[in-house]
Amino acid sequence: PAFGLFIFTIARDPLRIIILIAGAFFWLVSLLLSSLIWFIAVKASNPQDERLQKGLLIFGVMFSVLLQEAFRFLYYKLLRKAIEGLVALSEDGCSPISIQQMAYVAGVGFGLMSGAFSMINLLADALGPGTVGIHGDSQLYFLTSAFMTMVLIFLHTFWGILFFHGCEHRRWWEIAAVVIMHLTVSGSSFCNPLYVGSLVPSYLLMAAAAAWAYLLSGGSVQNLRRFLLCKC
Amino acid sequence: MITFMNNSDSEEEPCNERTSLMSAESPPVPSYQDGLQASEAGEAQAHRKRRAGSSRGPNNITGGEMSGSGVPVRESALENEEEELTLKYGAKHVIMLFVPVTLCMIVVVATIKSVRFYTEKNGQLIYTPFSEDTPSVGQRLLNSVLNTIVMISVIIVMTVFLVLLYKYRCYKFIHGWLILSSLMLLFLFTYIYLGEVLKTYNVAMDYPTLFIVIWNFGAVGMICIHWKGPLQLQQAYLIMISALMALVFIKYLPEWSAWVILGAISIYDLMAVLCPKGPLRMLVETAQERNEPIFPALIYSSAMMWTVGMAKPDTAARGPSHQTWDTAEDGREHLRSSSHAESQMSETRSPVPTRPITSLQELEEEERGVKLGLGDFIFYSVLVGKAAATASGDWNTTLACFVAILIGLCLTLLLLAVFKKALPALPISITFGLIFYFSTDNLVRPFMDTLASHQLYI
Repeated sequence: PAFGLFIFTIARDPLRIIILIAGAFFWLVSLLLSSLIWFIAVKASNPQDERLQKGLLIFGVMFSVLLQEAFRFLYYKLLRKAIEGLVALSEDGCSPISIQQMAYVAGVGFGLMSGAFSMINLLADALGPGTVGIHGDSQLYFLTSAFMTMVLIFLHTFWGILFFHGCEHRRWWEIAAVVIMHLTVSGSSFCNPLYVGSLVPSYLLMAAAAAWAYLLSGGSVQNLRRFLLCKC
Repeated sequence: MITFMNNSDSEEEPCNERTSLMSAESPPVPSYQDGLQASEAGEAQAHRKRRAGSSRGPNNITGGEMSGSGVPVRESALENEEEELTLKYGAKHVIMLFVPVTLCMIVVVATIKSVRFYTEKNGQLIYTPFSEDTPSVGQRLLNSVLNTIVMISVIIVMTVFLVLLYKYRCYKFIHGWLILSSLMLLFLFTYIYLGEVLKTYNVAMDYPTLFIVIWNFGAVGMICIHWKGPLQLQQAYLIMISALMALVFIKYLPEWSAWVILGAISIYDLMAVLCPKGPLRMLVETAQERNEPIFPALIYSSAMMWTVGMAKPDTAARGPSHQTWDTAEDGREHLRSSSHAESQMSETRSPVPTRPITSLQELEEEERGVKLGLGDFIFYSVLVGKAAATASGDWNTTLACFVAILIGLCLTLLLLAVFKKALPALPISITFGLIFYFSTDNLVRPFMDTLASHQLYI
């Protein structure tokens, strides 16, 4: 689905592609820094201690989430400057791409990158021979990974919109909500392999975020109804 | 493999003169700007009110063949706006370069992942004489540095040789050399590549079929690259030969040498293009002075595809506003019908009288995009291919390097739009790529692996 989003909405406009790739780049840098921190922490600690390792992992995840949001903020700043530049450059005084579109594209960029990094090794291994869950792990590993990745990609997209909107209108509580949501989703994945604990809340959060982002983007129940009715 | 190595002299020549030359962004950078100005002027006309900006484009052409006679007075007022608009339309050109670079990388990565031939070590080129099979780390490092020095000096010698030939107008020799090298590339390397791919997929093919296929491929390639041909076909061929060259490099360069060479080449590129006495800069400037294009076999030109579609509304929109250009437009229509290809100005068109030339140049200026040297393609693909081949983090590292290179390309193009002269395309991208490769391989991979094994998501 994320790839479909890409093709239908982004691939047409070159500016959006650039913003997408830059968004992916920012996510990548944030991942790099967070894994650097984790790596240092692991090297500095006792590799034998299981609990400590797990604790460090959790710490790494949380830190990474915070860093991702920080980089989203940095990206927002960069895009603000870019918008001002584009406005100055354009003929009729308004930018060819609005900040909401940029928010959307940035969110998709983040999401795609995080999804790719989560899934792609899995997919490559899935092409080979083998049975899932043969060592007593869950047999639904691939399925749940796929769903989780998809929900994360969508969430990143929505968070992008919410985050940028919060930054635009100086509503700090929106930004805080995004951060908290991200932390919650990552935290819920700690319940794996108890998939109920992680997938269900994530999907609920995604639905909430989707509705919120939709409302923020100017949609409304009216629009939705009209859209659905017009189709048939 | 011994026969291959013996041939390596002549076939490595092409690789060197290609790599040495390609790293520059070519002279029509002023025409990049002009192309942009003219193109956006054309588009602006097609979209909204008329502008006289289009006449500005031809004035800046580095040949001065254009006469400034038909230029309206208010050109100067529009000049500033046009310069500002270059950045806006720069996005389109960035994408026009993204696509071929991505395609080349995809071809290389796909081949590396599937065909095992290119990851087996079967000897080294004579340009990297020091082996890396030594027991100690220090010795290995030393050998790789020495390899790099040898390789870079070979490249420098080749480049200087090429520039001297160009300066003293030994065009025939250069053309012959280029033709020979592209011949070798198109036939020999394709044969080997096809052989390996068929072996991997266990598909049988008899020699006559193989001969016919390769002959057709090679012959059409030669025509497309060195003469005229549809733009997309030429671009496809250039991508193919870049990918083939990159595959050869990935196979035959030893591990550490490859990374050190990548680093050294980007430094060399930086110096060769920006230093006043650098060979590439001299080549670019000489080409500009003489108002000639750089050889078509060495540069990838990303001219816009929609030549016919875009030119027509332009002629319709601009016809009434410029009486002086009417005859030129007629000439352009005529020329367009006679030569469908739209790639670069070639010397064969020079005997044509001035007016149609100006119109043809105008046609080309409108639709010319950015030019990127083939060596850049090759080295980007080498980086990503090596990441795919040797990284244990598999796809993550490859993806990271890919994004890094694209961002580097973006930044380079941004700088190009700001500085408006030939810039080296390698340094920024390769630096990013190298940083990301090493950091992803060593830092991110353990992190992601641990996360994936616990199925945690960040």
